[in-house]
Amino acid sequence: MKNNKKRNLLCSLLLAAALVALLLYIDNSPLKSSMLSTVLQKGAIYALLVVSMNLLNGFTGLFSLGQAGFMLLGAYTYAILTIPVAQRINVYQYFDGGIVQFQMPQIPALILAGLVAAVFAALIGAPVLRLKSDYLAIATLGFAEILRAVIQWEKLGPLTNASNILRKFTGYNSILFPFIVSGICIAIIVLLINSTYGRAFKAIREDEIAAEAMGINLMKHKMLSFCTSSFFAGIGGALLAMFQFNAHAKNFTTAMTYEILLIVVIGGIGSITGSILGSFLYVACSEWWLRFLDNPTVIGTFKVPLLGHGFRMVVFSVVIMVIVLFYRQGLMGTREFSWDAVFAFFGKLGRFFRNLFTGKKAVKGGVVHE
Amino acid sequence: MHDFTYYAQILISGLTIGSLYALIAIGYTMVYGILRLINFAHGDMFMVAGFIMIYITSWSSSFLGAGSIVVGLILTLILTVILGVMIEKVAYKPLRSAPRMSVMISAIGVSYLLQNLSTYVTGGLAQSYPNIPWLRTEIQIGSITVRRLAILTPVLTILLVIALVLLIKHTKMGMAMRAVAKDFDTAQLMGIRIDRIISFTFVIGSFLAAVGSILYFSYIGQVSPTIGAMPGLKSFVAAVFGGIGSVPGAVIGSYIIGICETFIKSNQNISIFSNAFTFALLIIILLIKPNGLFGEKLKEKV
Repeated sequence: MKNNKKRNLLCSLLLAAALVALLLYIDNSPLKSSMLSTVLQKGAIYALLVVSMNLLNGFTGLFSLGQAGFMLLGAYTYAILTIPVAQRINVYQYFDGGIVQFQMPQIPALILAGLVAAVFAALIGAPVLRLKSDYLAIATLGFAEILRAVIQWEKLGPLTNASNILRKFTGYNSILFPFIVSGICIAIIVLLINSTYGRAFKAIREDEIAAEAMGINLMKHKMLSFCTSSFFAGIGGALLAMFQFNAHAKNFTTAMTYEILLIVVIGGIGSITGSILGSFLYVACSEWWLRFLDNPTVIGTFKVPLLGHGFRMVVFSVVIMVIVLFYRQGLMGTREFSWDAVFAFFGKLGRFFRNLFTGKKAVKGGVVHE
Repeated sequence: MHDFTYYAQILISGLTIGSLYALIAIGYTMVYGILRLINFAHGDMFMVAGFIMIYITSWSSSFLGAGSIVVGLILTLILTVILGVMIEKVAYKPLRSAPRMSVMISAIGVSYLLQNLSTYVTGGLAQSYPNIPWLRTEIQIGSITVRRLAILTPVLTILLVIALVLLIKHTKMGMAMRAVAKDFDTAQLMGIRIDRIISFTFVIGSFLAAVGSILYFSYIGQVSPTIGAMPGLKSFVAAVFGGIGSVPGAVIGSYIIGICETFIKSNQNISIFSNAFTFALLIIILLIKPNGLFGEKLKEKV
């Protein structure tokens, strides 16, 4: 067993090193502006957003639809704090440069973005976390809509630039940046899930009343999960703003929450690695591999039917419905990726081929004794 | 300051909007009463009903002329009902024994599908709604000028609601619906055919949504693929406000929200909060009176 542990660690390190090498290579080659690089960056950011939503919906069983609201808070906090002072007059052109007249360094601003989202989560969480599943969903959804309206309010213009776009804030140069931030955040979430708190979350998910009877403080744990999830949603929102070079309240709609929720479902509700895999797969499909569905195509004189603007999204929605109805487990279900499973799979495959060549019949359900 | 006429105009358009929310809210409240499911696709069905009307009238106007409106109205009602029942059969029925979260995600999936499908079919642009001549005519009541539509909508809504309440209270089907809403499993044991009751609920909900869609889009004049989401959510809030599962509650909730919203919209300074207000109201009511104004007290089962 100890041997396996060493092997698994080695494999993980090798994979991480390969990923870093790949990213460094892309970063310093013309590929940097390619579709591959876009997909990798957006995938990393979405991975964080999806995992943070999964913490709440998948691991704690709280069906919240407020993700876009917390992302909005994170994106705006970060953007407002890091616009260079000299640029403020251009960005806040209708508000004489706004009232915030300083620029914060990147990392503190990023952490603050998460904190602001978490503080708002604590404020709204105190009343709404008492609600039952679907009421909670609609209340958090409503809260996100309220935030979106408040931020676009003319009176808050000097702070939030009202309904105008925020831009020119600090971005990132290396495509490694979103990976590092996302990686650290997801690692923290994994640590939380594997701790006593995480086990309490799962107990609440399985049966609230039983969990309470076992002495778990429901409100405290729900609040912890809600605030942590919002904190990372805020950071994810800030990263998304950096990736897009702008922050605009108009874009953080309920549809965005739905999109993230659907990736949670694709990856498997209650699986971190599933969420990460799902994010990259979803982003790659929607930005890159399935783009051709949106372009009317003519092969020779044959016009391919159905292809045209918007068809990609139709295919997507159908795939999602199929997953929801027939593969409710998604990619991973509640399982996690593990090297043991990978090696077991290849071991089985190897045995299968060996038996095929030596002409032996595979023995079902056991090891072949030589 | 504004005069009486100004406020009367706003009040009337508030009543109109409120009636339209009521027609949608009934669909939400009835489905929730029976399946305990927020049918997120309901608002989008309302939007699809708008497009059905547009496409049928423009297709049939080539050989029917003015009669195309009538054909459009009838087919819109029928097709929307079929769509509603189909959604239930395909997306909700297979998940009857699944956790509630799965069903809700399925509802969100259907909503996503309907929006994307309409974007694909229509090219994503807003399309103008066929003009139903009689409804647009303006009439004069004292000093107030209103369109016939603004008067017809509340009247029609009230009539439909009365019919619905009578149906629920006094027919065998209505009794079965109440039984299913009260206790799903026991009703089934008593020999009530659950699937039939659920389909019937969706028939009523979709029919009212289609009527609402005809009136609403005649009122605002155009349809776009994402237009259903907001009225849908607001109607749901209205249903919660009135007490989910209660038809009169949903209607009263809708009127309150419709009128308040219209007054907020008419004030330049705060008009951006017209949507936010509805959700704030929701959060407040859930905190003070979680069962809504007329809702039944639900017992928590261990």
